[in-house]
Amino acid sequence: MTKSGKPVARRKTVKPKELQITPQELTEFYREMLLMRRFEEKAGQMYGMGLIGGFCHLYIGQEAVVTGIQSALKDGDTILTSYRDHAHMLACKIDPKVIMAELTGRATGISKGKGGSMHMFSVKHGFYGGHGIVAAQVPIGAGLGFAHKYRGTDNVSVVYFGDGASNQGQIYETFNMAELWCLPVIFVIENNQYAMGTAVKRASSEVELHRRGESFRIIGEAVDGMDVVAVREAALRAVEWCRSGNGPILLEMNTYRYRGHSMSDPAKYRSKEEVQKMRAEHDPIDQVKKRLLDNNIMSEEDAKTIDKEIKAIVADAARFAQESPEPDASELFTDVLVAE
Amino acid sequence: MTIEILLPAMSPTMTEGNIAKWNVKEGDKVTAGTIVAEIETDKATMELETDEEGVIGKIIIPAGSEGITVGTVIAIILEDGEDTSNIANTPVSSAPIKDKIIDVMTIEEPTAKAVIEENLPEGTTFTTMTVREALRDAMAEEMRLDDNVFIMGEEVAEYQGAYKVTQGLHEEFGNRRVIDTPITEHGFAGLGVGASMAGLRPIVEFMTFNFAMQAIDHIINSAAKTNYMSGGQIRCPIVFRGPNGAASRVGAQHSQNYASWYAHVPGLIVVSPYSAADAKGLLKSAIKNPNPVIFLENEMIYGQSFEVPNIEDYTVPLGKAKIVREGSDVTLISYSIGVKFALEAAEKLSTEGISAEVIDLRTLRPLDMDTVIKSVQKTNRVVCVEEGWVSCSISSEISARLMEDAFDYLDAPVLRVTNADVPMPYAANLEKLAVVNSDQVVEAAKKVCYKEGASR
Repeated sequence: MTKSGKPVARRKTVKPKELQITPQELTEFYREMLLMRRFEEKAGQMYGMGLIGGFCHLYIGQEAVVTGIQSALKDGDTILTSYRDHAHMLACKIDPKVIMAELTGRATGISKGKGGSMHMFSVKHGFYGGHGIVAAQVPIGAGLGFAHKYRGTDNVSVVYFGDGASNQGQIYETFNMAELWCLPVIFVIENNQYAMGTAVKRASSEVELHRRGESFRIIGEAVDGMDVVAVREAALRAVEWCRSGNGPILLEMNTYRYRGHSMSDPAKYRSKEEVQKMRAEHDPIDQVKKRLLDNNIMSEEDAKTIDKEIKAIVADAARFAQESPEPDASELFTDVLVAE
Repeated sequence: MTIEILLPAMSPTMTEGNIAKWNVKEGDKVTAGTIVAEIETDKATMELETDEEGVIGKIIIPAGSEGITVGTVIAIILEDGEDTSNIANTPVSSAPIKDKIIDVMTIEEPTAKAVIEENLPEGTTFTTMTVREALRDAMAEEMRLDDNVFIMGEEVAEYQGAYKVTQGLHEEFGNRRVIDTPITEHGFAGLGVGASMAGLRPIVEFMTFNFAMQAIDHIINSAAKTNYMSGGQIRCPIVFRGPNGAASRVGAQHSQNYASWYAHVPGLIVVSPYSAADAKGLLKSAIKNPNPVIFLENEMIYGQSFEVPNIEDYTVPLGKAKIVREGSDVTLISYSIGVKFALEAAEKLSTEGISAEVIDLRTLRPLDMDTVIKSVQKTNRVVCVEEGWVSCSISSEISARLMEDAFDYLDAPVLRVTNADVPMPYAANLEKLAVVNSDQVVEAAKKVCYKEGASR
């Protein structure tokens, strides 16, 4: 209790401790984030060439968030997110080829070409979508957490959503049930500062989104989402909290997307300088690269080799996605219902 | 003047109740607020308070009495200065109790003529039970068979179900598997979908399907479409169930039939039973099914009794209609409470020499058009009966499909007999005018048979 008698909000503002991370892990983060970056750049190019249709939401700039959090998870944990989902799948170690082939709507795509950019899933990798309706993944994610608890495992459900989604009513319905039933759910708000073109302060009466769980007694923490090591540290704490049976926890990842909301975004709502400043001063990949070089974990030569390898993986995926056939017409009527 | 304690109506559909217990005896003093008795209704056991002050002069209906009509005098309170001698002089405001009970039984109950599932083993015995009990038994049996099955919804656990459908489940299966949710349809529907994606088999009860409008995004966008969008990877074995359609005097926002809304959507199975045997057998099939199933019940028939076969793990296949009355002149097609109106109409038509066949669709998606068309080949005339709006209704769909697939067998246009095309009114007389009834069905049947006396 404070002096005034008001209860203290159950909110932690923990500064990252001295980093508990090995050189190998840091190098792996670099590789993973670079793969996401190059993959998304390629997707952008292919969209421009008309090879990818519909909506396409790129993750460029936000790579540290999913990379850091995924590093704290174990087998059996589940994750799900919104339609900005390509990098989350890469973080789950899903083959870039089948992701890109889904973007191009081919039979070899992870959803047989029937889902598209926004609707991809892999039960095998614990990835439960890929959801096109803003915030709908949040109660679904709580349902996965419910299942973990129902089965008596110590697995956790990680559910990602954006700052825009954080104003949806169903999230608060979910917060209430998750805390009430002590579900092992990590709510990750990827605050990339803009819901489509609307800045957080223009849409949210409380801009400190990690406080959004307070009235449900859910602990929240604000994290520098551009720093993969800070993200990992916060994720490790959150995972520990959930696995120990403490119920849900909320992480606000302050991050930034360099590209538009989707490929058709004219980006009139922010200045080029703002974007440039973030890229120059906070880029998650540059930060890790500098750390690797400064600590002599990686040489410039090594960096070039990694870059080459990643480019080859992405080129391979792009080729696969263009060369694969479209789904057979007979696929139109399959998978509507599961046969008994 | 002595004061009569009348049996009050404690819910919109309550027409009678049981005196579970008297908390007072003759000679006891009561004041306003004294709980005098416990009344068991179709939904719950409720306490009856008196608003009056005095002494209990006489308990007229003893504890344990069942089927007491609403409005019956159940006890008499003596005011200051009165004694039991005053009671004899008290005019009893209600009709004799016995007559009323008989009245209720003859009007309300016996339309529940059991039409038994075909292909039952010889020597099958039956138990008479209500639709409510049959639904409960179906869930209990499936929960015993499979630990992945659980039920969640508003008031399903401690309250025993807003309509008593989950009575006893909480006691048997406990907090882990019988879960009271906050009033938060959108949220718990989505949570249920997530649990089913993880391989559990949730039964999500909506207190009524009117409230499921808040959750319809998850039912359609999340539950129905994900298997397709994931190329067959993400299954959603979930049952959304609860009462659907008009209850009684609850007005426009609580009296809507959503059958055609859900039947419109690929990726869903939609079931709407009439009899208790079908309610049980179909709900068990729905719970076992690997797809999302919308299970539309009807509050008005929860209390109706039918014969249910005593067969272990009794299931009724999804997607199969049933001929509930055979006939040769006209086919009446319906589902849920509409079957009751169709059966009543068939009975009336038989007295006028018209032999009506009645089909209970039971499953609305997929529709069993084979059964329907076979019947039409015999009768060549069809009337669809539906307790719901007419536009884009199940009746409309049947009518369109018959035109496409059985046009040559039709000797008259298919007619749709449905509720009035208005939001449900509250006033008793207007509500009666709005809801479909058997006389309208009779009239339509005569019309398609080109029989005299049809006024339309």
